Amino acid sequence: MSAPSAGPAILVEGLTKSFGEVRALRGIDLTVPRGTVLGVLGPNGAGKTTAVRILTTLLLPDGGRALVEGYDVVRQAAAVRRTIGLSGQSAAIQEELTGRENLEIVGRLYHLSWSQARPRAAELLEQFGLSDAANRAAKTYSGGMQRRLDLAASLVGRPKVLFLDEPTTGLDPRSRLGMWDIIRSLVAGGTTLLLTTQYLDEADELADEIVVIDHGLVIAAGTSEELKGRVGGDVLEFTVPDRNRVTDAAEAIARIGEGEPHVDKETGVINVGVGARGSEALVEGVRSLDSAGVQTQGLALRRPSLDDVFLALTGHAAEEDGEPGGGKRGRRRGKRSGGSDAANEVSS
Amino acid sequence: MTAVAPTAAAGVPITPSGPSLLTRAHWAVTDTLTITRRNLLVWMRVPAYIMFTVIQPVMFVLLFRYVFGGAIAVPGVKGGYVNFLLPGIIAQTAAFATFGTAIALAQELQKGVIDRLKSMPMARSAVLAGRLVADTIRMFITIVIVVGVGYAVGFRFENGVGLAIAMIVLATVFGLAICCISAYTGLAIGDEESVQAFGLVWLFPLTFLSSAFVPIASMPGWLQAFANNQPVTYVINVMRSMALGGPIAADLWKSIAWLAGIFIVFAPLAVRAYKRAN
Repeated sequence: MSAPSAGPAILVEGLTKSFGEVRALRGIDLTVPRGTVLGVLGPNGAGKTTAVRILTTLLLPDGGRALVEGYDVVRQAAAVRRTIGLSGQSAAIQEELTGRENLEIVGRLYHLSWSQARPRAAELLEQFGLSDAANRAAKTYSGGMQRRLDLAASLVGRPKVLFLDEPTTGLDPRSRLGMWDIIRSLVAGGTTLLLTTQYLDEADELADEIVVIDHGLVIAAGTSEELKGRVGGDVLEFTVPDRNRVTDAAEAIARIGEGEPHVDKETGVINVGVGARGSEALVEGVRSLDSAGVQTQGLALRRPSLDDVFLALTGHAAEEDGEPGGGKRGRRRGKRSGGSDAANEVSS
Repeated sequence: MTAVAPTAAAGVPITPSGPSLLTRAHWAVTDTLTITRRNLLVWMRVPAYIMFTVIQPVMFVLLFRYVFGGAIAVPGVKGGYVNFLLPGIIAQTAAFATFGTAIALAQELQKGVIDRLKSMPMARSAVLAGRLVADTIRMFITIVIVVGVGYAVGFRFENGVGLAIAMIVLATVFGLAICCISAYTGLAIGDEESVQAFGLVWLFPLTFLSSAFVPIASMPGWLQAFANNQPVTYVINVMRSMALGGPIAADLWKSIAWLAGIFIVFAPLAVRAYKRAN
């Protein structure tokens, strides 16, 4: 099972996939060099999960090709499965079983003998801070612990390439940070990682390279810094505590920005790109808001975030799009992620 | 922009020789046993599953033995209604046990467990095979318990040990056949609640509109036409003859033909539904 070439860990060319009328992937190209982290960023339904399902041999593509560690995901699926690990939304965990039993069973399914599977399970439980809970049923675990156990399960076979499909979706902020630490330590160990996320800060934090996917197409790629450069300047941002005055504030600020201000009515956060006119725009903004009589909090000039990038690239914010009723925040997508996910995937 | 620039540098990889046929056959067996073990462990951990597979059938035995039994006449049956009842209730129990098969597979599909298992280098057949093996073991345990409870309330095998064992084997094979149908419905429907509702729609009539609980002669004529000619009745008639004595051969051939037909149709359907499930 020696790796057949010294090429990239993941190579994807012109990958397409449709579900009936719905074109989930419309020709995606990706290259992930060994030992690096690619963040695949996009709103829920952009095609991220479809791409991961094809790369992990769960779904056949309609066109294009995809190689993982040099193995073709269609013609050499069995070899691909021996080199990858997949972790997503706690799906590998049998809640009635203990953490230890879960990992031992996965070890057996990776064809370890019992005398190999037991120490491997213990080692991973230790590594992921689950030793104390090892003999408790997984259903008693917190969301963060379950996610760690799931990730541990994906590592039992010592994969060269790891796919993490939205590893922190639905986790509380503290568990998210814990997950990030774990992911960083895996990468430090040399694992190639493809990470999908709807969270821009997550990609910013973990990925060497980022591709932004929307409606089944790669719409941008580069490092976090390169993408931020696309926004073309600084962002003026503030919060309006009185939600009734949000619209007034947006009007007051509109003329100093380079584009339309982006308003989040729920949180009262307003931001607007101000290009290279940074400090000048800051002063103007303060004056303008003051004369409109709007109180603000945390008014500041900042470097653009990936949120701003997404807004600039697609004209809509990443997290408001394609998430009817906040659907995917739950534990698990509905049945047949292939079909119904795909239906979501382009519905936006 | 390095991330989008595809290169042809990877070239076409050499096909890995992969494990030998013998190794893969060995893995198919060990993976099936691993999945079986996992399913049985889960079963033992959930009180509701134990309730469903053990206590409910026992309650059925007691209900029919002591509540309805007195009102049901079974002329010519040696040992009376309790002897008539037991083979029927065992077949019904085996059939109903397959609710668990359908529900578990639908749950695993819904939660993405099957997806995850498919991304591992394990034998792909093992998920379905392990489910069927575990559920058959579970069903067998239930049958043995029902026989035990039957003995406590007056049931006796009247036809020797060999045919008593044959009856239990037939009941288990029958249960496995129904298991294939349930596995198919669970995977094809893929939604726990719908699977449960659909299970009632076909399993209830099939088991109750048979010779399981009452002599078919006591049913209205139009119903007799159905009850007399459906597989559950054939199987129960054979089981009853094996337990109590009576003609076996005729209904045995019909039973075998039906069960073989069910396996031939539904085992491939279940496999296809499993392969397509995602």
